[in-house]
Amino acid sequence: MDTLPPLATGETAAPSPGQLRELYSLMVAVRHLDSSAVAWQRQGIIPGYAPELGQEAAQVGSGYAVDLTRDFVFPTYREMGVARAMGVDMVAYMATHKATWHGGLYDPMESRLAPIQAVVAGSVLHAVGWAHGQTLTGTADGKLGVALSYFGDGASSQGDVHEAMNFAALMKAPVVFFVQNNGWAISVPTERQVAGGSVAARAQGYGIPAIQVDGNDVVAVLEATRHALAHCRSGNGPALVEAMTYRRGPHSTSDDPGRYRSLAEERDGGGEDPLERFRQRLLADGIADEAFFAAALAAAKAEEEQIRAGIQALGPRPGNEMFDLVFQETTPALQAQGASWREESEHV
Amino acid sequence: MSSAILESGAAVAHGVERHRLEGHGVEELSMQQALNRALDEVLATQPKALIFGEDCGRLGGVFRITDGLQLKYGEARVFDTPLAESGILGMSVGLAMAGFHPIPEVQFDGFAYPAINQIVCQIGRMNYRSRGTLPMPITLRVPSFGGIRAPEHHGESLEALFAHVPGLKVVSPSTPHEAYHLLTYAASLPDPVIFMEPKSRYWQKGPVDFARGPETIGSPTGAKVMRQGRHLTVVAWGAMVARCLQVADLAAEDGVDIEVLDLRWLKPIDAQALATSVQKTRRAVVVHEAPLTSGLGAEVAQLITHGCFDTLKAPVERVTGFDVPYPSGDLEDEYIPNIDRILNGIKRVLEYRRG
Ligand SMILES: Cc1ncc(C[n+]2csc(CCOP(=O)(O)OP(=O)(O)O)c2C)c(N)n1
Repeated sequence: MDTLPPLATGETAAPSPGQLRELYSLMVAVRHLDSSAVAWQRQGIIPGYAPELGQEAAQVGSGYAVDLTRDFVFPTYREMGVARAMGVDMVAYMATHKATWHGGLYDPMESRLAPIQAVVAGSVLHAVGWAHGQTLTGTADGKLGVALSYFGDGASSQGDVHEAMNFAALMKAPVVFFVQNNGWAISVPTERQVAGGSVAARAQGYGIPAIQVDGNDVVAVLEATRHALAHCRSGNGPALVEAMTYRRGPHSTSDDPGRYRSLAEERDGGGEDPLERFRQRLLADGIADEAFFAAALAAAKAEEEQIRAGIQALGPRPGNEMFDLVFQETTPALQAQGASWREESEHV
Repeated sequence: MSSAILESGAAVAHGVERHRLEGHGVEELSMQQALNRALDEVLATQPKALIFGEDCGRLGGVFRITDGLQLKYGEARVFDTPLAESGILGMSVGLAMAGFHPIPEVQFDGFAYPAINQIVCQIGRMNYRSRGTLPMPITLRVPSFGGIRAPEHHGESLEALFAHVPGLKVVSPSTPHEAYHLLTYAASLPDPVIFMEPKSRYWQKGPVDFARGPETIGSPTGAKVMRQGRHLTVVAWGAMVARCLQVADLAAEDGVDIEVLDLRWLKPIDAQALATSVQKTRRAVVVHEAPLTSGLGAEVAQLITHGCFDTLKAPVERVTGFDVPYPSGDLEDEYIPNIDRILNGIKRVLEYRRG
């Protein structure tokens, strides 16, 4: 299922040894932070979290490909690894899981990451709109900024995704539809969710070139994403990448996967651990050694501790923000409600 | 599919008997269990009833309301759909036209929005459009309201939106008992009903009296006095009823005797019950979680004003959420009417003096 036309030579280069090591460090950081976030939920530090155990390669590989000077990423709720690979402030990112503020506290314009989105497929059309804006603003050198839209196999059932694909193809919008097919939409497996064989196969109906990639191979994901981005950047219209991966843990910290799959199924479905697999490859190729892996893990642990301290220190936002941030220009009714809220809450 | 339906329908004839036997007496159940029992009874007694939605089948729904039903009634009658709310509700229209009784679930209130077009433009209008030849006996279950520190869109109060749509009926239970009876009743209606389940009450237990009749459910289409009082009527629905009963207990310590009316039906509203209660107490406060402006509180206040203009001692007060998007968990307690805000509203009414 690869219909993405080949690129002119030299358009994307294979990652250097230094980049490979960086990818590994990112994956370890993400793995560690992700498992910690689940523990934080169990410890009552945060009320909920959407884990991504097993999806590190799909997230880090694709997020690493983003050009922060011109691209823009539209995430769902499980893209912690993408955010980390893009260098987003992780305390601000985790604030949404701490129930401090919907969407997180990071600056979307500065970080190039749209607010976290709870409505599946809610932002896929936004990505198309943003991408079309790039075409309208135009760049003479054929180096368009590209929208990267993340969604799951389940989300691909939403009508909005079909409208988005049709719009993007008709308007030749520079958007990469990045599908993380992790095998499940809560309890529903892909084969009971996606008709037509795969999401990549559907893209054909809209004339969108697509590539299906081993989503547990970080280098393959990086290369496929770079390929798709380069395709869009040169004004060829949209592309779709379907990263075939597996959600190894629960859907969220309130999910119980034991109700819909057995441990044996989970083991088989998960296949080889993407992190361990990459480690073996780096070792075999002589790109990294045990000392490097140990240092990467130590750095990940230190980072996690800092982020945990950061979110624990994060108090609730002042209540008046609830009223102040609804509009750019507030309304008399809202001002009155804010005033009576202040009066009543000071009163108690 | 239809032969499977017929077979399971036949198989269940005997289940109906069994269910009636089980259904005697009073049992202590959570609202989740009570709703599950109601759906079980509907599937057993109505061979054309179908339950479907996201994760409703094998998982039993993320709130387990449909737990065990697929196992009992088969995949033809209880099934998982793709993740597409417009698809779920649009398909319900066609199933209703084919003579089925769809009982779809939207996983969380906020995900009814992607289906609004089908709910408003199609489900609410098909009976009218077809001059009554295509009724829409669809019972749409919507886990509703906040109070569980959920992510965005997992706690919204859509009652005013639904109640405003011609062609829809809207109801919300406040206890396990109400949940069981209102759901079985809603599912017997030939019209579309939006059934708003207060998710913060799912795990609270209470007695469910399975006996039918006015002594246990009152009028199935009406409001219900949950506590008698003389000084003031508090009108609430869903999760707010329990909180208002707490408020009434607190007020009683100060000698204020509050009547709590559970509106239950948000459309059509039982105007008679409002009038009867407020004619007695002469004062009223409406409490809801939804934003203030154009909320259902305004509708209730108007009905009370109309029914009790001469007897009212004070304007009807509202204690509600605010005109802000439903906030994140940390601000949730500021947003949902709390005991103090409700008591303040009561105080404003009791202390009102004509100018
Ligand atoms: C429009 C909408 N409907 C329902 C939900 C509830 N829900 C949250 S995640 C999910 C499954 C999503 O599956 P998929 O798109 O494959 O992404 P994954 O969670 O596997 O990463 C559902 C049904 C939602 N968030 N948005």
